[in-house]
Amino acid sequence: MAKPAPGFIMSADFLYGIEVILNGLMAGVMYALVALGFVLIFKASGIFNFAQGVMALFAALTLVGIMQGQVPFAHLINEIFGTEIHHFGWHVPAVLAIFLTLLVMVAFAWAVQRFLFKHLVGQEPIILFMATIGLAYFLEGMGDLMWGSNIKTLDLGIPQGGSRTIEDLSAKLGGDDFYGFFIDKLDLVATLVAIVLVAALICFSQYTRHGRAMRAVADDHQAALSVGISLNFIWILVWSLAGLVALVAGIMWGAKSGVQFSLSLIALKALPVLMLGGFTSIPGAIVGGLIIGVGEKLFEYLVGPMLGGATENWFAYVLALMFLVFRPQGLFGEKIIERV
Amino acid sequence: MFYREAGDFKTSYDADSQTFPIAFDRYRYWLVLAVAFLIVPFVINDYWANALLVPFLIYAIAAIGLNILTGYCGQVSLGTGGFMAVGAYACYKLMTAFPDINILLHILLAGGITAIVGAAFGLPSLRIKGFYLAVATLAAQFFLVWLFNKVPWFYNNSASGQISAPERTVFGIPVTGPNTEAWAMYLVCLVFVTLSAIIARNMTRGSMGRKWMAIRDMDIAAEIIGVNPLRAKLSAFAISSFFVGISGALFFAVYLGAVEVGEVFGITKSFLVLFMIIIGGLGSIFGAFAGAAFLVCLPVVLKLIGVDLFGWPPDLVAHFQLVIIGLLIMFFLIKEPHGLAQLWRVSKEKLRLWPFPY
Repeated sequence: MAKPAPGFIMSADFLYGIEVILNGLMAGVMYALVALGFVLIFKASGIFNFAQGVMALFAALTLVGIMQGQVPFAHLINEIFGTEIHHFGWHVPAVLAIFLTLLVMVAFAWAVQRFLFKHLVGQEPIILFMATIGLAYFLEGMGDLMWGSNIKTLDLGIPQGGSRTIEDLSAKLGGDDFYGFFIDKLDLVATLVAIVLVAALICFSQYTRHGRAMRAVADDHQAALSVGISLNFIWILVWSLAGLVALVAGIMWGAKSGVQFSLSLIALKALPVLMLGGFTSIPGAIVGGLIIGVGEKLFEYLVGPMLGGATENWFAYVLALMFLVFRPQGLFGEKIIERV
Repeated sequence: MFYREAGDFKTSYDADSQTFPIAFDRYRYWLVLAVAFLIVPFVINDYWANALLVPFLIYAIAAIGLNILTGYCGQVSLGTGGFMAVGAYACYKLMTAFPDINILLHILLAGGITAIVGAAFGLPSLRIKGFYLAVATLAAQFFLVWLFNKVPWFYNNSASGQISAPERTVFGIPVTGPNTEAWAMYLVCLVFVTLSAIIARNMTRGSMGRKWMAIRDMDIAAEIIGVNPLRAKLSAFAISSFFVGISGALFFAVYLGAVEVGEVFGITKSFLVLFMIIIGGLGSIFGAFAGAAFLVCLPVVLKLIGVDLFGWPPDLVAHFQLVIIGLLIMFFLIKEPHGLAQLWRVSKEKLRLWPFPY
């Protein structure tokens, strides 16, 4: 604040605040990506899919494994047969690998439906929830068994690092002690991808045959069944879509912080997002994600230093909790009507 | 043939409403207690105590606590790890602040403090239901763990941020600290488990348990027939947290001796205890024991088979363990959603009729 500030120059603290908000929005997009997968499955089948985060991890692991030509179960095979195989020795191009991973996720969706939820039709929601926790454990162990548990880097050629353009342009907003907004290019890409993904999902559910069937199932299982919609097919479709969302989330998070176990913990971060937005609303997942992202970054920036930092661990949950006390069904959730 | 109520005449109301109406069950109960109290302490060694028995007993208390909340009152909680941490830290603060008072009293007091904290975090349950509540209890889990990490007062400003239990004695025998013998550790836990199970069993049989179950089955209907939901839900949270707090205190003071809160009482602990009551059976005290025994034994058995028998590296076995636990949970839910306790009930019914089919 050395030089007398002309009218359009804002104070650096205020600008840092804005930067925090912008970064919070970007983080919120990432949360929303995971929350989206939850909402899809919950709407269509009433299953609260705890395994969504692990699905993202599994998808990312599979993608890396396929790209690098790793032999699945290499560790196990080597241990049993005393061999020393690790890689097939080829590298699969990213696009093909993504496609193959998607196939794996569809196969997974089919298997989940065929071997698990087919046998659990009509059970209480809590039992279904527990089943998905079991699924999460299974998938986590399976991912480690297939591809090894070491941290992997996912390189799809997505640009990373701070964006120079934004930094230079925005630097003009502040005084001498302000150097512009630092925004990761990866976050920008993630935001774009998220927008495209949501638009595609909305188009799919509004304008295609299967999309309409999906909405019908979400609305009323029995009515949908009575007009000839195959519940089984729709559920496989929904789990595949959730697999697609998980793959996208896995790619983004994986590119950001490496493909490792902690990736599956983002599912826990998506939960308060869901609570805020409501379990049944796609716009809710996105708005909730943005609120949580901005809220926790701002809280950490403004109040965190007074409390000793690392408030991001719990702030989202407490925010969602406070919020829910006043609106138990979340922002956009369907009104909960209970009858005796 | 011998397992039936025929011929076992009850002549008083007390006899008629006892916990085990079948004579054989009573003998079995006393036999188990006798073996646990009179034989096991003399044959126990460090390996058995540390790997199996003590964790089993402590988890059984936690599972009884969570079962009261989730199994009987229907409020799903993912904050068990956080509440165990409250018990552990309360016990630590009490132990170090009042070294002269008996450690057993401190453990009970730690349970009481946890009950208060649990009731406070149970308040939102009056507005929030179902999955929303499950997620809301995560707030307790993460906030409490963060709190114990960040505020130095809780760990007496120790440089490592850990808490470690000083030596305390009962009747002159050390039960906490590094000099604890295996049998002392075991007996302390056993006493708490036995008392917890008896108290919990009778509570859930009584009017309080019926109120909880009414709330679980449908809270609006329960409210209409005169159950006060505020009192029922908060009492479930408080009593459940009391047991969970005791188990946390034992876990820290007697079993581990030194604790780093994020590692020991993290979210994985919450899930572990939840799995115990699912696999064991929701709404059953026996189920809490069965589930705890199952999930404590499983990793040990898998490790024995994988590492010692097949000679596989431990990390591979650890991955297999995840897969197998996941598969088992799914298998149990498909085959028997009511857990091991239901299998037990079914086999008892069969046994009553044996050897006749009807």
